[in-house]
Amino acid sequence: MLKTRHRPEGTTEFIIEWIIRLCGISAILFVFGIFFFVFREGASFFFGGLDLTEFLTSSEWFPSSVSNKRYGVFALMVGTFSVTALAMVIAVPFGIGAAIFVSEFCSPKLKETVKIVIELLAAIPSVVWGFIGLTIMNELIIDIFDAPIGLTVLNGGLILALMSVPIIVSIGEDALKAVPDSFREAAVALGATRWQVVYRALLPAAKNGLLAAALLGVARAVGETMAVLMATGHSVQIPTGPLDSVRTLTATIAAELGEAPVNSDHYQVLFIIGVLLFSINFIVNLSADMIVKGVRGKD
Amino acid sequence: MSYRSLFKKCLIGSFAVALCLFQAACGGSSDNGSTPNKDIIQNAGSDTMVNLAQAWAESYAGVAPTVSVEVSGGGSGTGVAALINGTVDIANTSRQMKPEELERAKQNTGQQPIEFIVGFDALAVYVHKDNPLEEITIAQLADIYGEKGTLDKWSALGIDHKACESGEIIRISRQSNSGTYHYFRETLLGDTQDFKLGSRDLHGSKDVVELVERTPCAIGYSGMGYMTEHVKALRVAVKSGDTAYPPTLETSLNKTYPIARPLYIYSLGEPTGATKTYLDWVMSAEGQKIVEDNGYVPVQKDSEPENEATGD
Repeated sequence: MLKTRHRPEGTTEFIIEWIIRLCGISAILFVFGIFFFVFREGASFFFGGLDLTEFLTSSEWFPSSVSNKRYGVFALMVGTFSVTALAMVIAVPFGIGAAIFVSEFCSPKLKETVKIVIELLAAIPSVVWGFIGLTIMNELIIDIFDAPIGLTVLNGGLILALMSVPIIVSIGEDALKAVPDSFREAAVALGATRWQVVYRALLPAAKNGLLAAALLGVARAVGETMAVLMATGHSVQIPTGPLDSVRTLTATIAAELGEAPVNSDHYQVLFIIGVLLFSINFIVNLSADMIVKGVRGKD
Repeated sequence: MSYRSLFKKCLIGSFAVALCLFQAACGGSSDNGSTPNKDIIQNAGSDTMVNLAQAWAESYAGVAPTVSVEVSGGGSGTGVAALINGTVDIANTSRQMKPEELERAKQNTGQQPIEFIVGFDALAVYVHKDNPLEEITIAQLADIYGEKGTLDKWSALGIDHKACESGEIIRISRQSNSGTYHYFRETLLGDTQDFKLGSRDLHGSKDVVELVERTPCAIGYSGMGYMTEHVKALRVAVKSGDTAYPPTLETSLNKTYPIARPLYIYSLGEPTGATKTYLDWVMSAEGQKIVEDNGYVPVQKDSEPENEATGD
């Protein structure tokens, strides 16, 4: 009796265990699957026809020229990096500062409000950010800086900064929360002021977590598409300052993929750009992961 | 025990759902003659024409309530791609389909795309309303937009554009695969030259006008249907010394305005059934009235043979 009851339950458990295992494995499969399919779309042009040095170093992007097609993404890469760099220069100090304030200085009641508002910032769809960039920020930048046009690195950078601040704040706050209270108590016992507690005890202890927060912010900014498509002016050129228009890798894919004839060279190049973006984000995420692991290793 | 009963319940539940679906699917196919099915016409393509196509679809809902026309934009290339893949019934394009696209559509779907000219569009050249410039020539436009062009200051056009402090001409263009982009490049530069890099390439006809409206130094091109009172559409001449004409219904029809083009709808094979009725209605007086209401030029059925006759 006992045996007959036991066996089916063992089977059920076995099945459930496998279902859960499959869920875990599927995540890995999906990542590799996506990478494989994206690469496969561009593979035949990647191995036959594409001049990789020209692709990476030339800034001549003429994918639909009738007489002389040229595929150089250097200007697009510079565009992506310049906008991301500016966004991080703004977002990291603000984000980390906000994380410190939320986790160390504010009252529990204020903390709830601040956190909700910051999360609300993350809930704004990117196309709405883009719209703000295209209309309000464009005019503001023209008025304030006397620029001929407001769709610039500065515009895109500010918007991306606002978009990545929520990530930096929430991950940064977690990192600070993970620092044991004994650190704070010990510092206070030694006569440290609140500010000294933060920057002599907490920041060094949470250093890696905060760096990971910043890197995830970078990944967010590199991958963002719609907002930069609308706010940066979408112009293929190497910027000489924050008031120049640029075009990013992501925006190029978004703008051109829909209309590139399937399997044409242009279509395949866009997928190769996808692979390039995937690699950039993979490296950024991997370093963030390894840094976080560094935290755990030490503790 | 609880595991088992849960498992059983799940099993029974999913069987029941599957049975229901099965029954519904079979039942649906057996008596679909008696239920009034709504005909759906899938329609995608040109961004220039998306407002027009939507206006058609909305009015057509009043004419034939049993037919629903589903419109999406994305660009002429998107429409053509969808037609080739057979995912739409009709595609709107602001350029003609290329021979290789026609070939691919035939290979893929076994049907020859049929072309209909459903209206005309003049491509207006827009500047900020404070810009004193009134007219421009095709050669000047080529010099501003072209790869080999050198015109980059408003002063070089002989005007004093006070609202634009830097004096720089900010070129606004379209993403490189839009039908509008192709038509404009071909008209200005032919097939041998490209646009100069560094123009702001926007993703929609409306965006171009909106950006010009907010940017004193800007120049841009877009369908004349997107004209607003906050921007100025320049008069365009072929070369200096010629008379410049504004983009209007009249000048596009008598072909004095140099950058006007036909707007197309393509269907897969000779249209039949609901699609045929819809296209007939689009070409009717009622459908063409909507073309005019949206700022485009209707097809004048009587005037076309006349033009040909006078041309001989």
